[in-house]
Amino acid sequence: MSSLSTRHLIGIKNITEADIQLIFETADNFKELINRPIKKVPSLRDITVANIFFESSTRTRVSFELAEKRLSADTVNFAASSSSVSKGETLLDTVNNILAMKVDMVVMRHPAPGACVYLADRIPANVVNAGDGTHEHPTQALLDAFSIREQLGDLAGKKIAIIGDILHSRVALSNVFCLLKLGAKVRVCGPPTLIPKYYGDLGVEVSHDIMDTLRWCDVANVLRIQLERQDIKYFPSLREYHQYYGVTKSMLESLDKEIVVMHPGPINRGVEISSDAADSKQSIILQQVENGVAVRMAVLYLLASKG
Amino acid sequence: MQNGKVLLSPQRFELTIERICHQLIEDWGDFSDVCFVGIQMGGVPLGNRIVERLKVLTGNEQILYGKLDITFYRDDFRLNNKQLAPHPNEMNFTVADRNVLLIDDVLYTGRTIQAALSALQHYGRPKTVELITLVDRRFNRHLPIQADYTGMVVDALDEAYVKVRWQEIHGTDEILLFDKKN
Repeated sequence: MSSLSTRHLIGIKNITEADIQLIFETADNFKELINRPIKKVPSLRDITVANIFFESSTRTRVSFELAEKRLSADTVNFAASSSSVSKGETLLDTVNNILAMKVDMVVMRHPAPGACVYLADRIPANVVNAGDGTHEHPTQALLDAFSIREQLGDLAGKKIAIIGDILHSRVALSNVFCLLKLGAKVRVCGPPTLIPKYYGDLGVEVSHDIMDTLRWCDVANVLRIQLERQDIKYFPSLREYHQYYGVTKSMLESLDKEIVVMHPGPINRGVEISSDAADSKQSIILQQVENGVAVRMAVLYLLASKG
Repeated sequence: MQNGKVLLSPQRFELTIERICHQLIEDWGDFSDVCFVGIQMGGVPLGNRIVERLKVLTGNEQILYGKLDITFYRDDFRLNNKQLAPHPNEMNFTVADRNVLLIDDVLYTGRTIQAALSALQHYGRPKTVELITLVDRRFNRHLPIQADYTGMVVDALDEAYVKVRWQEIHGTDEILLFDKKN
């Protein structure tokens, strides 16, 4: 069996299609495993993983922690708000101090784009990016693509729309890289102020018409409006955003086909997606969360075997 | 790959499996409180053969049979550079209070069986566990593990490699001995 082409998972941009397929095939086994009565295997029993979160997170942190525990790894959790970072310690010092306690892998979320690359170049442990600013969130893209594959089979030729706040979204960028590598057709849709100009150069279509996009796509991945990153007014009000770009159940019902609805969470109900659409039978939001654990187990398992 | 020495020809191969089946019937009757567990990969083709043959011989179509993947329980993870690839795991029953007949093609160091015993614990506490193997390399054990049902015994040096080939996978049924792996 081939192994991953990298020791770190920094972004989807740096890995190959073969890597993605290997992660999916391994995740298939872990998905079966986490549905057994006893969901634990001893593979990573000699490994310690530090989960270092400089930004708040619920799903990703819990998902990584569960993945680590189900592989029998020892885990240490570290949140920047309650640490010496608030006393002025640098990122490298913080991480080196943790590594001095013999940690083998680091899962890190950081508000600065590129923080994980910086770290991977300087420390001996494997680094997994759990989101670096507005740059990449590779495990989210992998679990999104894994969930689509589960629903529709091979992604080649499938039409995937990414709708919402593309500008601030690391999920969007990682998703675009991942879907294009797997041969899918990708369209991003949102208000002109929330789609960076260079997006067209990545090989995706750009649209500002939500209904046209929904008619075009097989899968709609709806992204959250990142309220915490709206440093200037990108749109007049949340109400107006919902009116022009919110996905509702009546819109889904007006289509002549049934599309798959996804959302990486957390949902702002009534803003980018209405409650009835988020809870509809077309929505696979909770399957995405379940698959997240399996995909992260696969990533940790494959990286750990690279040493 | 070099040509291996044939230890068991297709004709004797079938007879060997037949003999194991009859031994099993003598010991376990109609297999009502027994389950078979084939270890991925090598144990599964052997398990398929044995279970199919036993269904014909006993008329019991309900024989419990699962396929166990032991990849995540192996003790050599991270000890070599080879990526350990998992295989499908199909265990649709628990082994609690059942007599488990574990199946593998070649019993060599015993480490696979040790991993399988760990994996099995995740499916309950079996009443007993016995081991069926087609080839027993009896002088190469690293652990105190022995087979209860054996197709043939092979005495070979540590660096030798025994390969079981299956009609449905490799086009012929035979057991080959090579001087060294690859």
